[in-house]
Amino acid sequence: MAQPVELPDQIYVGPVIDEGHSLASVSDKVGNIVLKRKITLGWTLGLFLAIGLLQALAAGAVWLFMKGVGVWGINIPNGWGFAIINFVWWIGIGHAGTLISAILLLLNQSWRNAINRFAEAMTLFAVMCAGMFPVMHTGRPWLAYWMFPYPNTMDLWPQFRSPLLWDVFAVSTYFTISAVFWFVGLLPDLATLRDTSKKRWQQVIYGMLSMGWRGSARHWQRYEKASLLLAGLATPLVVSVHTVVSFDFAVSIIPGWHTTIFPPYFVAGAIYSGFAMVLTLMIPVRKFYGLDDIITMRHLNNMAKVTLATGMVVAYGYIMEAFFGYFSADKYEKFMIWNRMTGPYAVFYWCLILCNIVTPQFLWSKKIRTSPGILWIISIIVNIGMWLERFVIVVTSLHRDFLPSSWGYYAPTIWDWAVYIGTLGFFMTMILLFVRVLPLITIFELRMLLPGAQVREKVAH
Amino acid sequence: MSTQGDPLNLQSVRNRLASARGAGFWRSLDELSAAEGFQDFLHREFPRQAGEWLDDEGRRNFLKIMGASLALAGLGACTKQPTEYIMPYVEAPEKLVAGKPLFYATAFPVSGVANPILVETHEFRPTKVEGNPEHPASLGAADVPTQASVLGLYDPDRLQTLNNLGEIRSYSSFLLAFIGMLEKQRQKSPVGSGIRILTQTVTSPTLFAQIQDVLKLYPGAKWHQWEATGHGRRMGSQLAFGQFLNATYKFDQADVVLSIDANFLANGPGGVRYARDFAAKRVVRGGKKTQSRFYAVESTPTSTGAKADHRLPVKASDIAPFVHNLAAVLGGSAAASPFVASLAKDLLAAKGKSIVIAGEDQSPEVHAVVHYINQVLENNGKTVVLTASLEQKPVDQYADLQALVNDLNSNQVDLLLILGGNPVFDAPASLNLRGAIQLAKQRVRLGLYDDETSEVCQWVIPEAHPFEFWSDAPAYDGTISIIQPLIAPLYNGKSAHDLLVAFTETPEKTSHALVRDYWKTKHPGADFDNWWNHSVHDGFVKGSELPAVAKAEAKLVPASVSTSSSDGYDVSFHFDPYVLDGRYANNTWLQELPRPITRLTWDNAVVVSAKTAKELDVTDEDRVEVSVNGKTVWGSIWRVPGQPDGSLGLSLGYGRTRSGRAGNGAGFDVNPLRTLANPYSASGAKVKKLGEKFRLAAVQHHFAMEDRDPVRTGTLAEYLQDPNFAQKASETAPKGLTILPQTWEYKGYAWGMAIDLTACSGCNACVVACQAENNIAVTGKEQVLNTREMHWIRIDRYFSGTEDNPQSYFQPVACQQCETAPCEVVCPVAATSHDAEGLNNMVYNRCIGTRYCSNNCPYKVRRFNFLLDTDWETESIKMQRNPDVTVRSRGVMEKCTYCVQRINYAKIMAEKEDRRVADGEIVPACQSTCPSDAIAFGDLNDPKSRVTAWKREATDYSLLGELNTRPRTTYLADIRNPNPALSTDSAKGVS
Repeated sequence: MAQPVELPDQIYVGPVIDEGHSLASVSDKVGNIVLKRKITLGWTLGLFLAIGLLQALAAGAVWLFMKGVGVWGINIPNGWGFAIINFVWWIGIGHAGTLISAILLLLNQSWRNAINRFAEAMTLFAVMCAGMFPVMHTGRPWLAYWMFPYPNTMDLWPQFRSPLLWDVFAVSTYFTISAVFWFVGLLPDLATLRDTSKKRWQQVIYGMLSMGWRGSARHWQRYEKASLLLAGLATPLVVSVHTVVSFDFAVSIIPGWHTTIFPPYFVAGAIYSGFAMVLTLMIPVRKFYGLDDIITMRHLNNMAKVTLATGMVVAYGYIMEAFFGYFSADKYEKFMIWNRMTGPYAVFYWCLILCNIVTPQFLWSKKIRTSPGILWIISIIVNIGMWLERFVIVVTSLHRDFLPSSWGYYAPTIWDWAVYIGTLGFFMTMILLFVRVLPLITIFELRMLLPGAQVREKVAH
Repeated sequence: MSTQGDPLNLQSVRNRLASARGAGFWRSLDELSAAEGFQDFLHREFPRQAGEWLDDEGRRNFLKIMGASLALAGLGACTKQPTEYIMPYVEAPEKLVAGKPLFYATAFPVSGVANPILVETHEFRPTKVEGNPEHPASLGAADVPTQASVLGLYDPDRLQTLNNLGEIRSYSSFLLAFIGMLEKQRQKSPVGSGIRILTQTVTSPTLFAQIQDVLKLYPGAKWHQWEATGHGRRMGSQLAFGQFLNATYKFDQADVVLSIDANFLANGPGGVRYARDFAAKRVVRGGKKTQSRFYAVESTPTSTGAKADHRLPVKASDIAPFVHNLAAVLGGSAAASPFVASLAKDLLAAKGKSIVIAGEDQSPEVHAVVHYINQVLENNGKTVVLTASLEQKPVDQYADLQALVNDLNSNQVDLLLILGGNPVFDAPASLNLRGAIQLAKQRVRLGLYDDETSEVCQWVIPEAHPFEFWSDAPAYDGTISIIQPLIAPLYNGKSAHDLLVAFTETPEKTSHALVRDYWKTKHPGADFDNWWNHSVHDGFVKGSELPAVAKAEAKLVPASVSTSSSDGYDVSFHFDPYVLDGRYANNTWLQELPRPITRLTWDNAVVVSAKTAKELDVTDEDRVEVSVNGKTVWGSIWRVPGQPDGSLGLSLGYGRTRSGRAGNGAGFDVNPLRTLANPYSASGAKVKKLGEKFRLAAVQHHFAMEDRDPVRTGTLAEYLQDPNFAQKASETAPKGLTILPQTWEYKGYAWGMAIDLTACSGCNACVVACQAENNIAVTGKEQVLNTREMHWIRIDRYFSGTEDNPQSYFQPVACQQCETAPCEVVCPVAATSHDAEGLNNMVYNRCIGTRYCSNNCPYKVRRFNFLLDTDWETESIKMQRNPDVTVRSRGVMEKCTYCVQRINYAKIMAEKEDRRVADGEIVPACQSTCPSDAIAFGDLNDPKSRVTAWKREATDYSLLGELNTRPRTTYLADIRNPNPALSTDSAKGVS
């Protein structure tokens, strides 16, 4: 049936959708997860766990706002700690969704269809998690809105030379475009849910959300145009967001931050961690909801390849960083890289190398790429590695900068952990709610993957 | 209370009786009388409702209801404030312009020696201490305890009430009781023989006259003096000269200086003046190309010793043998070491132009030998001026205190008056003063705090702070200062004058009248009023310094037989440079001020060398037990390069138990190890590792300069060979290195600063001055442990050379006011921005606290309010605050702005007179208080200003200049003058 004949044999791993699916079966399979499936014990326990972790965020934030950022471990010289590490980490994770939905759409990679909805949702939730940190980390969060250029009686603009301000624009734009893109993509499926749901309240809610989608040719024509436009808008954002985030560091003068390689290295790192997180979430979801015929080995294989490729870029970044430290002949740069490798945080550096450079090398093996269990473990290790990368960049650069007299040490407190774990809880909660109320796979795009849809798809483009 | 039925009251009883009929009536009454509560009811004075008041439960209920109704009444009108009246001045005080500070001259006595000061007052609140520029002992500078004195005034833990056995009493009720006590003493023969008065060292002429009056009225009474400081100095002169003399030094005339454990640049009488004179001989600028040579012999590293060209670590028990040996070598014996040989040669070559000075915590013997050495070197009368003692009646205070204890122990004391001090804490433990004092029948104590001594006294009277009463005291050279109060006593405090006058016929005579009347007897002329007004106004009596004594012949005291045992460790006891003997332990500024060498705050430590630590198998912050002769104290190890091997450096003044919230529990008390016979050192100490940590809060953790040369140093020879050596030490970005066109030219003022590292003695006075001037919060030990201290200026200390005996360097670092400031570009809300005069301003109101500026500051001089560090609650602390500087709250970045409030004040004054600000008109707080005059501030656009002259020096360099930050603060390299005969690699570590 489905024969993607373009692929040479040695690369071919499997179809993007397993045999035996029809237009109706695909709709039912995905739609029923939302409409018919009973609330399972596993899901309930998961939600309890997630909401439990979310309470750490509540407690951490309340205590933080009551007492001030001093409840965290930050100090002088380490003015930034967990908050910024986590911010960059979450933003990085948030990269996969848009990459998958926008860039792969433009590149006409049809295999993306099974995973893009989920990846985009993950992006939104990750950016929400990330967005909490800049506000929480300010000393006076109630005045954080001063970073926006709004008309005010003080007659003051924000300071446009500051990378933090660029962040505000980059992240808010990214979030807006991602949300719009995601919602536009949802419209046909929301209409499908509206039409297939039996309960009145479901019909009303999905009816309102689908915004009058009737599936007419004109709708589809505009839909396709809007998708392409949004994809075009979102594509530069994939590059720009993490480039701008990297400017937070690259624009400063601190050895270990002031590095021209940061923008590409951060973008690659972001995609790396984003794909790793998609794998981390997708593999269990695929298993629990029996979606292995829709999210096939082909998907896992492809994502593993992207992970490996970006991992190699990241590895190149690390090597260059160390090389520049040596080659610059700058005493501060040299010391910085030496301190990273042998200083008080050396163990974190070497763990980072282990997680981010050594581990992904296993992905050269096709066997590993197609074993979900091992892939899942590798993806988690990569996630940890990418967190360590941000830790190493933020902490080891700051703790020993120019004047030896002000060298210090940073250690997180329980409240640093509370907020971090709390955002993980928030993320999990959002993901679990998402899989219950919205179709986690784009139904209509799946239909396009069916053999009967092949011709139509080609016509549409 | 009865819970059955209606509560009994008159009405209910009447009703019950009325409802009863016939026999039932009586029965009812019987029943009634037997009923629970009826007897009670009958016996009450008032009927039930009125009777409620006697009942504790009822009273509580009543108060509850009252409280609740008051609270509810408050709810009804939440915004209504209680009515308070403020009174306008009927007659405005002279010269008072609201918002404009007034400066009053007075003095702050430490150990009886006046530190002459001007106190800035805002609407009669003292807020800041400055040195008195006209006084020879200050020349405008002030030391650390003097700078911090203003916080001592407002210390919320000060004793605020007069207590008798824990009950609050009025001063008049004390006087009544006191007259009763005196009445009993009058019956005694000789009169007053049960009276003992214990004071600190008395230098005040008025106070001494009062004591004499009391002793005249009560011939049997005895007066004792005790103060932990000053003993070696006092008894040393007695030992050498046979009389009590006061030595003052002329460091500006000394070509060779030898310090025997003397921290003379930081502490002790005259320290401020000595620092100025010493620096004048050391600095190499303004065409001066010579330097004095400075040797230091130290039993524990001090900030003074850190400035030495050659420093020799010597164990405390070896100090006396060292000076004896030196005296012998100067007399012609062969020197045992090259150090002593070179030293002796230098000293002999500079006869009459050298100074040998012994430290506060050295024994009389060492002081005596040093006097003898100065005599051999023909310094006496030239660089060393010997005058009569500053004290009114110098005595051997250890013997004096022992005599008091003997009297106490033999129950001869009926009335013990302890005026000031804290002898129970700071006297050597072997006296057991705590127990002895309690043998006195009546114990009256005048004290600033409810401290260890107050604890054992029945009457505890709050003492007035020196800013609250009239007195007088001599400066280090004898110049008399009239001490005038700046504020009415905050807590009705009394002075020693007030208590001593209570013995007389006029017990209520004020300290003002006492001091004035005393000086009237000295200046009986018609111009007394004039003289008095001038003296009070100037803060001192001009020309009243003590004349040099005509003849003083020092004899060489024989070396005492060393009692030190060879096994175990040597212990040296030192006065803490800030809290001294513990008297300022509750001053949070002083507690959080890093000690110059150890960089520790909030605690003392067991200071050991790295080698000794290895020997003991301990490392930093290891808790250990130190025991000497069966007495044991615990402490936490801190390794300090330059500490003699095999020796423990312990500082006094810590481990207070009743000093107040700041001092309680800070550090550990080493007094138990001290004996009357040898209060300065001990030997044969055993150290036991306890296997646990006690964390010490240091502000600096890394002491090597790495390869970064933040402090550029060279020898005088190197300087003469190549004056530009400092600028060549590291590449500096060429001026104008930018990709942007230069858009701004500083046409008006361009503020800048230069700091002469040769002069800086690392005393930290600038840090406290800055803290006082700029309302800088104290964060506490927990926060310092996480390096969150708030000081805007810090003094970095670096070591170079060997670990056993390194060279130490100080570098004051505040905001460098970079012209291309990295902090400014990264602030998202423009809270830190450049002004038209080159200041890197900090707009607290605008700051949202991203801390990006601090991250991007290569000097890490920005300070962040991580928590609410500022005390918004304590009323008394609020009074200290400088109204010209914003008080910061949490979440805000702050930093030095060259005292922008002072700059603006001067600019406004100049603008009013339509002129430019003159050079020297603006003095930042750090420069103003600097004893060694190491800081110059001014307008870089003025080619004649002092700061531009300094910056033209060849030794001028920018810190981290290679970053192209173009700092407005620059440094003049630290130039040392080592003896070529001793040094090999002179620039890096001389030994």
